[in-house]
Amino acid sequence: MVLVGGLSQDFTAGESQIEVQADNVRRLIEALDRRFPGLGAELEAKMAVAIDGEIYQDPYLEPIDADSEVFFLPKIGGG
Amino acid sequence: MATEVKELKWIGKRPIRPDGVDKVTGRAKFGADLTLPGMLVGKVLRSPHAHARIKSIDTTKARALAGVKAVVTSADLPELASEWVPAGELQINFRDLSSNILARQKVFYDGHAVAAVAATSAALAKQALALIEVDYEVLPHVIDVVAAMQPEAPLLHDDLFTEGVTPTPETPSNIAKRVEFARGDLEAGFAQADAVVERDYTTKPVHQGYIEPHAVVASTSEDGQSEVWCSTQGQFSVRFYIAKLLSMEISQIRVTPSEIGGGFGGKTTVYLEPLAVLLSRQTGRPVKMVMTRAEVFRATGPTSGAALSVKIGATKDGTVTAAEATLRYQAGAFPGSPVQPGAMCAFAPYAFETFKVVGYDVVVNRPKVAAYRAPGSPIAAFGVESALDELAKRLEIDPLALREKNAAREGTHAAYGPRYGPIGFVETLQAVREHPHYQAPLGPNQGRGIASGFWFNIGGESCAMLNVAEDGTVVVVSGNPDIGGSRASLAMMAAEVLGIDFERVRIIVGDTSTIGYTFLTGGSRVTFATGMAVVQAAEDVVRQLRERAAKVWEISADAVIWEDGQAHPAGANAGEFEPLSLRDIAAEAGKTGGPICGNASLNAQGAGPGFGTHICDVEVDKETGRVTILRYTAVQDAGRAVHPSYVEGQLQGGAAQGIGWALNEEYVYDEDGRLQNPGFLDYRVPVASDLPMIEAVIVEVPNPNHPYGVRGVGEVPIVPPMAAVANAIENAIGVRMCDLPMSPPRLLAAIDNGG
Repeated sequence: MVLVGGLSQDFTAGESQIEVQADNVRRLIEALDRRFPGLGAELEAKMAVAIDGEIYQDPYLEPIDADSEVFFLPKIGGG
Repeated sequence: MATEVKELKWIGKRPIRPDGVDKVTGRAKFGADLTLPGMLVGKVLRSPHAHARIKSIDTTKARALAGVKAVVTSADLPELASEWVPAGELQINFRDLSSNILARQKVFYDGHAVAAVAATSAALAKQALALIEVDYEVLPHVIDVVAAMQPEAPLLHDDLFTEGVTPTPETPSNIAKRVEFARGDLEAGFAQADAVVERDYTTKPVHQGYIEPHAVVASTSEDGQSEVWCSTQGQFSVRFYIAKLLSMEISQIRVTPSEIGGGFGGKTTVYLEPLAVLLSRQTGRPVKMVMTRAEVFRATGPTSGAALSVKIGATKDGTVTAAEATLRYQAGAFPGSPVQPGAMCAFAPYAFETFKVVGYDVVVNRPKVAAYRAPGSPIAAFGVESALDELAKRLEIDPLALREKNAAREGTHAAYGPRYGPIGFVETLQAVREHPHYQAPLGPNQGRGIASGFWFNIGGESCAMLNVAEDGTVVVVSGNPDIGGSRASLAMMAAEVLGIDFERVRIIVGDTSTIGYTFLTGGSRVTFATGMAVVQAAEDVVRQLRERAAKVWEISADAVIWEDGQAHPAGANAGEFEPLSLRDIAAEAGKTGGPICGNASLNAQGAGPGFGTHICDVEVDKETGRVTILRYTAVQDAGRAVHPSYVEGQLQGGAAQGIGWALNEEYVYDEDGRLQNPGFLDYRVPVASDLPMIEAVIVEVPNPNHPYGVRGVGEVPIVPPMAAVANAIENAIGVRMCDLPMSPPRLLAAIDNGG
């Protein structure tokens, strides 16, 4: 699992690649929040998730496979 | 979801636009067209200073003027905490938004709203504004982004501490946020390069330039219910913002979007709407507020001006080994420039292994920026695409070949993280290579430039409703104001699913009480996301039509299929029945279960990223510095063009706006930070006579996540033009322009200085 964008890395002391066991996005965020308190709320408010290249702007129950590649990236708006 | 292969009846055709007649006859009702009985006129008092502390505001004389019904200041607005609140896919700090619509302790830019009045006539309202006495303590101001980042710069907010820096600074500054996207060993990458280009670039803030100024009518009844009619890209966003800013319940507010005369991102926020509700609430009468053009320029969101540094290195064969960019974007008076998406877009078209992008969000004494097509991306692309062009020249490689060599493809890890699915960047480059424009001969002082661009595109929450009338015609209700032709594209998708004539589908834009929550028109999302909702709602209608036919035939609904706008028995075993058309079934709907109405609500995921590449030919008059655009071709992957004329219009419009950004548009301030050119006479956007016919070339690499393969198209076309023009100028006369706009005086000075 990879965090990008810099902002959320405030919570992880700069760590950008983290191994976590979770089978969907909600549980992944919960697991991350347990390890880095405060990160969960930050991710939910500001970040989208890409699972195997597919971007989810409001992720919640999207399943994650054992070999999935997961990125948190800032939410995107537009003009 | 797989893209359908069967022949489509409507997708890809060019039917007449549903809103065409009203628009060409002047019947369409825009924001300022509504008049209600007893309506008052609201006007806003604006700051004459770029930065000042408000010591006091005395409204006594204004209130005493006969005909003045209300005067409001920030004291009439609820105090809100500083917190970033999710608003759809956006993050809004409502304390800042509140301070932007009516200044609190300080004004932060020339034109910042200070007070608002409602009176029985425009003349009286204007007179009342002159009677409001504001005591200012004028403060030093800063507009230039680099100057604003210096430690000694005038400080806008004493509680602003740079986010994204560890540890958080102990002293406040104008740098609101630092973002970084990086991969690989930069030093090692540049060490491998045979050629390195390193340049600084600047861009000016530009306005979205919508023709229709902001306009609103608000009417609040005695029981606290407010109705609002306004020109907006998102009626649901307006409803939410008003509710938050005025501490109202969402259900107390009904917002109806008018026809919209352009938005381009600039009408995704609010300025007048909460003030009109506030004034209406205080007076018990409808209040209409319409900005003048000068107010639009002085007080509504432009996009950022910026200072960039770009460094790119490549080997002799054109393989980029390292790329670095530092982006400094003006946010305006409050944090929130599009530097983050700019940083994510900077290298997004390319498969660079090693790169670093750092972005800074910087507050300055200008209006708070608002979204503008592909927010942040055009600025970054100006630097990156200019540097790539220079690198190609240095390496004696065709600039198109350099891009082909490094282009992102399906499976490439995007510079912002995840892998790309099917994308069409390479296909746009190929279309450029095969286009006659790319090889056409050029004359003296003429040059050709190319540049590419990227935007993510988004999906999001949408609802759609389809009502079948008794005669089998259909009305689609959408929650998105139609800016770029979505009425046509949504109606075409409904007709396609239902198998009926496009002319038998009408479409309306619903207000916040007639259709479910739908995220705003922006991000190139409507034909993709709301289109998916319309398709699902139409499929819901088809399901009901099959059930009704099954009732008529007294067979199972599973034994009924829907083809070419008719119900048929699924096969010989289902029985032999004459097909029933939608018209037939609708006529008997009362007998088979009542009216037929299809609904869908969804949160669309899987928006396909968009890529485009533009070719620009210019001729430079070396005596005057004037640049003439001789020929312009915009190529873009649309996934699947539902209505190609509208897609072409998006490409042409984006290119025209980008050319204006490149050549002419800029704000001119005096030494006190007062805007000197708040009108289209002095703020020069391109007009038809400035431009050749822009040729639009649509490439179609379908997005597998949409039933018809749609990708958003509205953002990308404004991304490449500035670099395409700059590269063409360099190709014409050998002068590399790194500062926008490339206006005649600036170009002449560069020519005189030997480039």
